[in-house]
Amino acid sequence: MAALIVAPLGRTDYVIYVLSSWLIFSIAAIGLNLTLGYAGQISLAQASFMGIGAYTTALMTLAGVPWLIAAPAGVALCFVVGLMLGFPALLVQGHFLAFVTLAFNTLFFLVARNEDWLTGGSYGLSNLPRPAFWAFDTARNLPFYYFTLIVFLASAALMWGVVRSPWGRAFRGLRENPIRAESLGVDTRRITLLAFAIGSAYGGLAGALISPLVQYIEPSSFAFSQSLRVLLMVVVGGSGLFFGPILGAAVVILLPEFLRFTEGYYLMIYAAAVIALMVYCPTGLIGVGRRLGDQLRPKREARADLKLGARS
Amino acid sequence: MSAPVLSVRDIAKTFGAIRAVDGVSLDVSAGEILGLIGPNGSGKSTLFNCILGQLTPDRGTVEVNGKSVSGRRACDLSKLGVGRTFQQLSVFPQMSVLDNIILAGQEHRGGLLSRLIGPSDAGLTGEADRLIEFFRLTHLRDEMAGSLSFGQQKLVDAAMAFMAGPSLVLLDEPAGGVNPTMLLGLKERLMTFNREHGTTFVVIEHNMEFVMSLCSRIVVLAEGRIIAEGPPEDVRANQTVIDAYLGG
Repeated sequence: MAALIVAPLGRTDYVIYVLSSWLIFSIAAIGLNLTLGYAGQISLAQASFMGIGAYTTALMTLAGVPWLIAAPAGVALCFVVGLMLGFPALLVQGHFLAFVTLAFNTLFFLVARNEDWLTGGSYGLSNLPRPAFWAFDTARNLPFYYFTLIVFLASAALMWGVVRSPWGRAFRGLRENPIRAESLGVDTRRITLLAFAIGSAYGGLAGALISPLVQYIEPSSFAFSQSLRVLLMVVVGGSGLFFGPILGAAVVILLPEFLRFTEGYYLMIYAAAVIALMVYCPTGLIGVGRRLGDQLRPKREARADLKLGARS
Repeated sequence: MSAPVLSVRDIAKTFGAIRAVDGVSLDVSAGEILGLIGPNGSGKSTLFNCILGQLTPDRGTVEVNGKSVSGRRACDLSKLGVGRTFQQLSVFPQMSVLDNIILAGQEHRGGLLSRLIGPSDAGLTGEADRLIEFFRLTHLRDEMAGSLSFGQQKLVDAAMAFMAGPSLVLLDEPAGGVNPTMLLGLKERLMTFNREHGTTFVVIEHNMEFVMSLCSRIVVLAEGRIIAEGPPEDVRANQTVIDAYLGG
């Protein structure tokens, strides 16, 4: 926490901008982690929800609506659209569901690019205002970072509450054994829709922050490749683990910046690192940490049941 | 005689040209332990799945406590007081035994919103611990269910079926793959539940020793039809049953 507060102090505008990006993409990845990691529903459309949140916030704030009203409107719209995108998940699973969500992302991209009257088409929307809250103006990058940090912490705390609640247990039940979960009274249809809706709403919130951060949005920022990037954050950090997507977002956003000294080779090194991680630790970086922790910790006693035998 | 807890009327189900279940009717009274036996392919599991809403029968009706459950989803049946176990292992492997048991009860507590803002265990830890103790799983309470032995997972599966306090429990081959010592314990526990809570059971089982000693009445299926019905000792001596099992 203290590290997050002091991280931008004395840094250049660019570094503060990158740190803000990390927090924003963490929010999007936290949302996808609920849908994919906890509830086991594959979605390749998180960037489209960022786009819906971003365009809604951008259009409303350009029309003079305060960010505090525009952002919740974008989040609510993503919740509703996410709920609707969840319906195909009731019918198809696995890679079929992946294709459905991929198609949705493509559809969003085409609408954003072709409906110029609303979205500005390929030129996008520019001069997007940053929010100001009475004396606290986020026009400069440092205050905007702290504003983003507050939103990030609040949304992460909210998600912590969700995954620690009985809902979180039901999401994991859906992922691990949906037929058994249903037989125990879990309404798997409702919980599937909720997983999509909440995860999408987080995408929308990230989009509502991207608009004022970049102050310019255009369709390619929310194309399918961006959804893959968010997916990479979840997988690299550790899918289904609370801090996984935050760590994953740090790797995906910050690692390329650290590798810039390698000049032309940084993308190759970055790609090789990701491939090595996925091959040797498919549970992500948190999984690596846990594995190391298990090795360093004193060996546990033999499993209790082995000592006790099969008691009747 | 009290109204049946489970009433199945004229259930039929075909798969292509195969008549898996062919007009089966049966009643199960409150507190009864009914065994459903028959050779492989006799239609036991299909009948089970028709009762539990996982298959839609071609015809016939199913009532639980006097309410029609035909076409109802499994989660609705659970809320009507129907618990079940599965033939295959059916626990949540990456959750602790405690979380498995709590999940089995949490959807029966409060509304959707109260399960979001209420306590993370839905106030069920004490109740779950008592059930875990009852099934002699206390030493495994915090272990991941997937790390347990086959027999232990079967016990967790059985315990989950009881967490919501069901009036009717359908057990699909509970003895399959369970060692004799553990099986004896499981039988004792089922009988205790039956005695103390009046829980009604329908048990599909191939282990004749287990089913004959547990059940008060046996229904025998062959080729989708009931070929015999009665107390275990009568069924055991029934020539039609012996022929069906021996392929005569």
